[in-house]
Amino acid sequence: MEPLRIHTGVVCPLNRNNVDTDQIIPKQFLKRIERSGFGQFLFYHWRFDDDGNLREDFSMNHRKYQGASILVAGENFGCGSSREHAPWAIQDFGFKVVIAQSYADIFKNNCVKNGILTIQASEEQVQSIMRKAENEEYTLTVNLEDQVVTDNQGLEFTFDIAPYPKEMLLNGWDEIGVTLNYEDKIAAYELAHK
Amino acid sequence: MQIPKNIIQKVWQQHVVHQEAGKPDLLFIDLHLVHEVTSPQAFEGLRMNGRKVRRPDLTYATMDHNVSTRDRNVIKDPISKKQIDTLKENCQEFGVELSDRQHPDNGIVHVIGPELGLTQPGKTIVCGDSHTSTHGAFGALAFGIGTSEVEHVLATQTLWQAPPKTMNVKVNGNLGTGVTAKDLILAIIGKFGVQFGTGYVMEYTGEAIRSLSMEERMTVCNMSIEAGARAGLISPDETTFEYLKERRHVPKGEAFLEAVAKWRALATDEGAQYDAVVEIEASEVEPQVTWGTNPGMCIPITASVPNPDHEEKANKKDEISRALQYMGLEAGQPISNVEIDHVFIGSCTNSRLSDLRKAADVIRGHKVNPKVKAIVVPGSFSVKMAAEKEGIDQIFKEAGFEWREAGCSMCLAMNDDIVPPGGRCASTSNRNFEGRQGNGSRTHLVSPEMAAAAAVAGRFVDVRQFTAQGVL
Repeated sequence: MEPLRIHTGVVCPLNRNNVDTDQIIPKQFLKRIERSGFGQFLFYHWRFDDDGNLREDFSMNHRKYQGASILVAGENFGCGSSREHAPWAIQDFGFKVVIAQSYADIFKNNCVKNGILTIQASEEQVQSIMRKAENEEYTLTVNLEDQVVTDNQGLEFTFDIAPYPKEMLLNGWDEIGVTLNYEDKIAAYELAHK
Repeated sequence: MQIPKNIIQKVWQQHVVHQEAGKPDLLFIDLHLVHEVTSPQAFEGLRMNGRKVRRPDLTYATMDHNVSTRDRNVIKDPISKKQIDTLKENCQEFGVELSDRQHPDNGIVHVIGPELGLTQPGKTIVCGDSHTSTHGAFGALAFGIGTSEVEHVLATQTLWQAPPKTMNVKVNGNLGTGVTAKDLILAIIGKFGVQFGTGYVMEYTGEAIRSLSMEERMTVCNMSIEAGARAGLISPDETTFEYLKERRHVPKGEAFLEAVAKWRALATDEGAQYDAVVEIEASEVEPQVTWGTNPGMCIPITASVPNPDHEEKANKKDEISRALQYMGLEAGQPISNVEIDHVFIGSCTNSRLSDLRKAADVIRGHKVNPKVKAIVVPGSFSVKMAAEKEGIDQIFKEAGFEWREAGCSMCLAMNDDIVPPGGRCASTSNRNFEGRQGNGSRTHLVSPEMAAAAAVAGRFVDVRQFTAQGVL
């Protein structure tokens, strides 16, 4: 997993609440047995019409968001199914950071495992970012080490993140490798609970 | 005196392998259920790193999402077939027990776990599937995980988990006639929203919960995730023990009595505290129908679809408008006027024997409306066999339902059971998201009884009147 410390990127707004993982990656794309290549299917039925043409009225398809790496959304982002194909698709599409008012638990967890930072921001902060990103090509800088988000127009706010996911993201660690250092503890537990 | 604890705290503490400041707890997992959709990349990860499955004896696999409900032996889609075959190969290579699609134990993972007695009170249970919360009905701490976590559990039999906040969802009084466990959980989500459980593990308590059967409790716990809670559970009691007795993986004889004593002690202590409490009056719950594109968008059968103009907040207004547009409904339209063309009775929420019995009771002597395509998909091979033994399949077939093989089926349409674009389905499943049952499909979540009545009427009807009068 790639470490994430400071990231600067273009913001793509998705001004909706309760975006579920069925929308992020529809079920017909869950049949693959690989971990890669899901980006092309991200928000498939919102991005493409029934004939496979890009929908012009869907914000993400606008030219100014090409190459965006920060996705901004409303409440309860990533609700529903536990499919990790959702963060795989988000990442493969090019996003490294998501900023939303709130997240579903499993989705948030899945993001950390893939090196995607999920930032929880207030409704005001999200809406202000959303407005700017809708009106211009808008860039944010996210500093995970200092837990702060800034732009070049004077915006600055801090965000919370628990120490463990922060450490995982900063170092890009393989969690299983970390856990296997506790092998003796796991074995002791197993022995005591035979 | 010891501080009284709730069941969530008790089960958690019994499973902590390691605890240190600044880290989540390292939690031991007692049962890992595996299916074909969320596991291939996890097994591949093990292979790439030269790792083994640590505890194949605590791991159990089934195939359910891609299987055909028309013929268990045939999977037409080559990509689905590949996923199925990959699971089989992985289980062989890593020594994991698998109920293959022709195996008599096969079925939806959340139906067979309890059936086989793998699901037991006090266990920590995970699966790469958000509806793992179902197993909480037994007083197990059961939650869905992603594929990276599946790999982590395969390799270490543990997970790093921050202790959850706990919530008491208290259901006072009793449900009225014709009002089901499905209506109760939909009403709870309708009342408190699709994210009130986020960050919490819920315990359902109260008189109404105590009087539910195990299968009804599974329906309630199953949809905890639709309220945002990763897990929802119910303290075990006599109903739980009675269900478990003599199940294959449950201890027998003297050992069963010992297990029961342990399980009994897990129940929430008198006076235990929670981080949050919500309450609902069971007697006020009516049969529910969802009108929108998430499970919180539900109303009683006696009500009308909401009007976005009555909302003050712009984004809320927008959400309702978009949902109405997708669903092809008019603001203020009575839900009982809505005509349907598909009925699906099945899914890990409502495909157990008692669900099928209750739907069959409604359908008996009636015919499915000619414009409706109706299917019944039992949750497991064993549910199917038991139903056929009782003649339930005949009741459905005579009414015009298709009687199918077990699987996840039209709940998420990963196999060939698909609602066509613009089709409208009364479904006993758990999610009414856009496109869930097929691209452009419109899903209305209901109880099995309400689905059966809708199949006959061709529109939504109040099952309480339907059964009382035997007419439409």
